[in-house]
Amino acid sequence: MAEKQKLIEIKNLKQYFNVGNGQVIKAVDGVTFDIYKGETLGLVGESGCGKSTTGRTIIGLYQATAGEVLFNGVSVHAKKSAKELKELKRKMQMIFQDPYASLNPRMTVADIIAEGIDIHGLAKTKEERMKRVYELLETVGLNREHANRYPHEFSGGQRQRIGIARALAVEPEFVIADEPISALDVSIQAQVVNLMKRLQREKGLTYLFIAHDLSMVKYISDRIGVMYFGKMVELAEAEELYRNPIHPYTKSLLSAIPHPDPEIERTRRRTIYDPSQHNYKEGEQLEFREVALGHFVLCSEEEYKKYKAMYS
Amino acid sequence: MQQIPKEMFQPASVDLSEAEKISKPSLSYWKDVSIRFRKNKLAMFGLVLLVILVFMAIFGPYMTKYDYATNDLMSTNQPPSAKHWFGTDELGRDVFARTWYGARISLFIGLAAALIDLFIGVLWGGIAGFRGGKTDEVMMRIADILWAVPYLLLVILLMVILGQGLGTMILAMTITGWINMARIVRGQVLQLKNQEYVLAAQTLGASTSRIMFKHLIPNAMGPILVTLTLTIPSAIFTEAFLSYLGLGVPQPLASWGTMASEGVQALQYYPWRLFFPATFICLTIFAFNVVGDGLRDALDPRLRK
Repeated sequence: MAEKQKLIEIKNLKQYFNVGNGQVIKAVDGVTFDIYKGETLGLVGESGCGKSTTGRTIIGLYQATAGEVLFNGVSVHAKKSAKELKELKRKMQMIFQDPYASLNPRMTVADIIAEGIDIHGLAKTKEERMKRVYELLETVGLNREHANRYPHEFSGGQRQRIGIARALAVEPEFVIADEPISALDVSIQAQVVNLMKRLQREKGLTYLFIAHDLSMVKYISDRIGVMYFGKMVELAEAEELYRNPIHPYTKSLLSAIPHPDPEIERTRRRTIYDPSQHNYKEGEQLEFREVALGHFVLCSEEEYKKYKAMYS
Repeated sequence: MQQIPKEMFQPASVDLSEAEKISKPSLSYWKDVSIRFRKNKLAMFGLVLLVILVFMAIFGPYMTKYDYATNDLMSTNQPPSAKHWFGTDELGRDVFARTWYGARISLFIGLAAALIDLFIGVLWGGIAGFRGGKTDEVMMRIADILWAVPYLLLVILLMVILGQGLGTMILAMTITGWINMARIVRGQVLQLKNQEYVLAAQTLGASTSRIMFKHLIPNAMGPILVTLTLTIPSAIFTEAFLSYLGLGVPQPLASWGTMASEGVQALQYYPWRLFFPATFICLTIFAFNVVGDGLRDALDPRLRK
């Protein structure tokens, strides 16, 4: 990539949920990162660490507690006219995790895919609408005979591709894929990921790819962010992150990947991450610091020096 | 073991487009439901019974030359005969004509009450469930307060203020009747609104009304329909019950409830005067209940084979 143009800027995003009894869950707690045009940013972390919430807040499904999300310089959460909001929604789309829950069982595939077309008035006539639907079906490798069928007649992989077609119908620039493959069979996972890669090439899409399957994330992502309990702990180029993990949590996460070679697999040891190992002192500022070019780590001033020394 | 020569093997041609084919004929949701409903014999029996009852309510009064309101004091309290098929009452009115005329009123009250319940209940419950938070809290507390008002007292008060009649009766039933529907719809909407397809519609920029009518209500249709079919018999029963207390439709109008109430006074001597209206009340309530039950089973996608 010759020059990197920021498409999304996320600044100190916070999303708290009030669960009653005065308790607050800090699902996302001060996350800052940028997504560049045309890249795939992978977001990994264990279940419940706030990956999906981050995605949903970025797209505006949740109103952020604090912080800002800028899309092409326009704030997603600020008050806007209905027209501006619609325009923004057209440019950002989402692919969902559960292919069984993400399609309305009472609608035909044609109606599901054309929903965005209907909402944004992208087709003037019925024929034009159906033509778009057929095109989209063919783009995702289904055929036009499927248009009048209902979701329950399809397999998981097929449904996921229908979900992708629905997102593509409004010609978005940015797609958030919220664990799009974790509910699928391994053989189908590759099919869907390759489809997503192809679409990215053809349409110049930008992805935020949320997953917990590390090898799949490495395969599709240009850069990877690691989240732990609502915070981004490390962000780097995919290769760099795998070669030089700095944050102990990232190291622990990478040590959990099974290796295909049984000889190595037999001796593979998991490093366990214990948050208390940092021994942070009272009042120490934890910040997201750039240890190497494009490689950010959440650390204290002291750790920063240590990491820096370790790196060079 | 016998060797299979190489020549006998042929490479299979794998056509990738074939892999995406679905050979099962495309069935829409409602076709699927009707197939399952028709398999349920009891529910089908109930449906046939309902069709007959509705048919008789429409055409019954024309099958006999007697009018429901004309007195004939020369032939009072006649037993069923070739002339008066269901006999006559104390004023010599033909019970057959009155029964089917009463069927119209009873069924009308049942349907009207159920439809008004449906309309208010779906809107109220839908908005409360979808908006959530404070709106939900306020709307459902209003419903709770209405629910807590003693029903009979309310009906009697209304009757006194507005006078007896069909309209008052329907009003009295719907003033609290919709709450049940609202609660069911609210529960459904609460459950459905976090489904990913609703989130997908939101990210596409769908308006609230579109989400409501395209996504939430169609998917809550099963419980709504079942509640509806169970509201009708309860409305018919309430009508009969109120008539029995003397709060029913005024004379000479007939409903099954008023007929039964009059019939009970003459039970010892002229039992047919109670028998016919009471039988039809039972049959109607039974029919609606089994149809509702059958619908519940047929609409539940978990039972799909």
